[in-house]
Amino acid sequence: MKMDKHTGMTLIVKMITRVTVGFMLVFGGYIVLFGHITPGGGFPGGVMIALAYILITLAYGREFVEHKVSGVTASIVDDLGALLFWTMGIIGLYVGGRYFFNFLGKGEPFNLFSAGTIIINNIAITLKVGMSLYAIFLALAILQRVVTEEEPKEDEK
Amino acid sequence: MTLYFLDFFLLTVGLYALIAKRHIVKKILGVAIMEYAVNFFLILIGFKKAGIAPILTKDMDIATFIQTAVDPLPQALVLTSIVIGLGTLALMVSIAIRLYERYGTFDMHEINRLKG
Amino acid sequence: MDILLPFFVAIPVFSAIFMLIVGKWEKRIFPRVWSIITTASLVVLLIIIYNKGTIVHEVGGWKPPYGIVLIKDNLSMLMLIIVNVVAFLTIIYSFSYITRYEDYLRFFSLFMLMLAGMNGVVLSGDLFNLFVFLEIASIASYALVGYGVGAEELEASFKYLILGVLASTLILFGIGMVYSVTGSVNMADIARFLINHPGNRAVLMATGLFLLGFGLKAGLVPFHAWLPDAHPSAPAPISAMLSGVLIKVLGIYALIRVSYHIIGITPLVSQIFIVIGCLSMVVGALMGFGQDDIKRLFAFSSISQMGYVMVGIGLGTPLGIIGALFHLLNHAGFKSLLFLSSGAIEGETGTRKLSLLGGLREKMPITSTSSVVGALSISGVPPFNGFWSKLIILLAALKAGNIPVAAILVFTAFLTLSYYLRFQKNAIFGEVRKKVEGAREAPIPMVAPLVLFAVFCLFAGIFNNSIITNIIMPAQEILLDQQAYIMSILGSM
Repeated sequence: MKMDKHTGMTLIVKMITRVTVGFMLVFGGYIVLFGHITPGGGFPGGVMIALAYILITLAYGREFVEHKVSGVTASIVDDLGALLFWTMGIIGLYVGGRYFFNFLGKGEPFNLFSAGTIIINNIAITLKVGMSLYAIFLALAILQRVVTEEEPKEDEK
Repeated sequence: MTLYFLDFFLLTVGLYALIAKRHIVKKILGVAIMEYAVNFFLILIGFKKAGIAPILTKDMDIATFIQTAVDPLPQALVLTSIVIGLGTLALMVSIAIRLYERYGTFDMHEINRLKG
Repeated sequence: MDILLPFFVAIPVFSAIFMLIVGKWEKRIFPRVWSIITTASLVVLLIIIYNKGTIVHEVGGWKPPYGIVLIKDNLSMLMLIIVNVVAFLTIIYSFSYITRYEDYLRFFSLFMLMLAGMNGVVLSGDLFNLFVFLEIASIASYALVGYGVGAEELEASFKYLILGVLASTLILFGIGMVYSVTGSVNMADIARFLINHPGNRAVLMATGLFLLGFGLKAGLVPFHAWLPDAHPSAPAPISAMLSGVLIKVLGIYALIRVSYHIIGITPLVSQIFIVIGCLSMVVGALMGFGQDDIKRLFAFSSISQMGYVMVGIGLGTPLGIIGALFHLLNHAGFKSLLFLSSGAIEGETGTRKLSLLGGLREKMPITSTSSVVGALSISGVPPFNGFWSKLIILLAALKAGNIPVAAILVFTAFLTLSYYLRFQKNAIFGEVRKKVEGAREAPIPMVAPLVLFAVFCLFAGIFNNSIITNIIMPAQEILLDQQAYIMSILGSM
């Protein structure tokens, strides 16, 4: 990981970020996958994953994180998530005659794979919401001040 | 009962900020407060005194669940409403930034070239 | 047959996402062609489900009142025809109109989302589902109004946004109140509950909130403050969609569905509709007088015509509702025609001001002929269609014994005729002014929809009888028959 001393925040912040980002991503994934048993689901999980990326942006600076996941990649993943959700609906229409019909097997309750298509829908929503939030954050962060006469400072926010 | 009154008070505060304040960002915050108030109202409707969260755990049978849990349907409605609010807020903020670039001011009273 | 209903929402949503993905590589030709394919397929779908009665589709296999239903009855059929046909012609128009902007991709993507939202509002059988689709359509339209990011477009978009979000919040509040009384958000279930337990005061407050919220979306007076700014500043195809379709679907259709089928019409609510209708007619017509900008003139005239529709709905008699629904159909036809032609005029001459235009008849013959047809239709000149719908509403007012309303109707018709005559005299006839010198006829994709709309105005005027019996009267019968609506969804009382 290229740690340029001049962008981003101080060394302590960068160190702590390296430790906590992994936890945030895992916790977000847990909330998404177990969305049909415990509270949560697609939307809160997606927000947590987006927050992990935003934390890296704040701590390390925008250029660093754009090498990893750029704005264009986020857009494409976001669209693919929406397309996956739509496909689930259409397959449900084809198999069961109703839009968004739940066509996968439903095992016993409280298992991981016990709710049919809900788990795939949750993952699709997470991709969409997470990458959307991240892309919005990048888009709003790129704008610089053009009205005032002072020299344009690039914030990481 | 007092919770309902507090909720309407919150709605009025948001409405006041939306109408009476001149700064664009304060209007946006007024909209956000109004949305919180309406979401809170929806959840408050399903509330039951001494009720548990509507999560079915392994050692609970259905009858006690129905009797003691709060109503889960408004919570699903609120989830959708929060996401809609997020989208609207993002759009409002980006339009506000562009307005500042064009007019040079955040004061709504000076942004009125369209008249008549 | 009911398997076709979700496609009205699924196809535009898929188009919006698909265009965004493919647009990373090809963003000039593909969005336009794909949009035309999408809207054409929606029109074909419309023809397939045309005469099949009431169709109910349960989403996810869950039966009502537990699940979400999509329902198409004859009232929805009328609105679906308006939405999809106007959208198809507007997309053909935007094929060449969009060349004055740089970003083609997001325009068509947002347009498809707005179309999906409007189709969803019309087909929804569930109150909260109606709210979600209303929000989808509204947010897409807020972004589309400010599409050319000049200073005035952004200002208009921001004002529209603030008032629109206020309206949506009030509607959600009303939905919460109705849910707290009845315990369900399914429209038929609420109707059944409220028939068995009438006279609830929380429902009265919810009706007031719905009137505020949906009235604001429809641009009725006194909630019209966003309309004269938003409709002129939008690009011309979006103005046509906003004024020709959006205020009708999100405002008028939702209001009449909620008040006739869910809550049940009472004399108090009818009176309020008539008062708001009369206010809208008069205020819209009077303020249209001093306008120099032609699109602003058309926007005020939209407010006035929506007042006509509200008066017809408020009268409550079968004749009044027939007149109101027929006027809804006609207004979609001629107002879209007028806004699209104003876009053509602005594109060729570079201005929208009446004081600088003149003599368009010689330079742009097809555009000015269709504009004249549109202006005559909206003023209520026979044999065009506006005459018949205004006449029916006037007859309904007279038969109900409501003489003041009839007088206001006639007075507004005179005002409308006078300022459209001014538009024709200043812009179309008269001598050729400086700005009009270099104008030529607009390209074919822009002119063809104008001609088609003008032909529709003429035919709807001549064959008004068959249109009324086949399309309007079934819609009116469904509207007045709350029991049939409940039976078709729930199967029992």
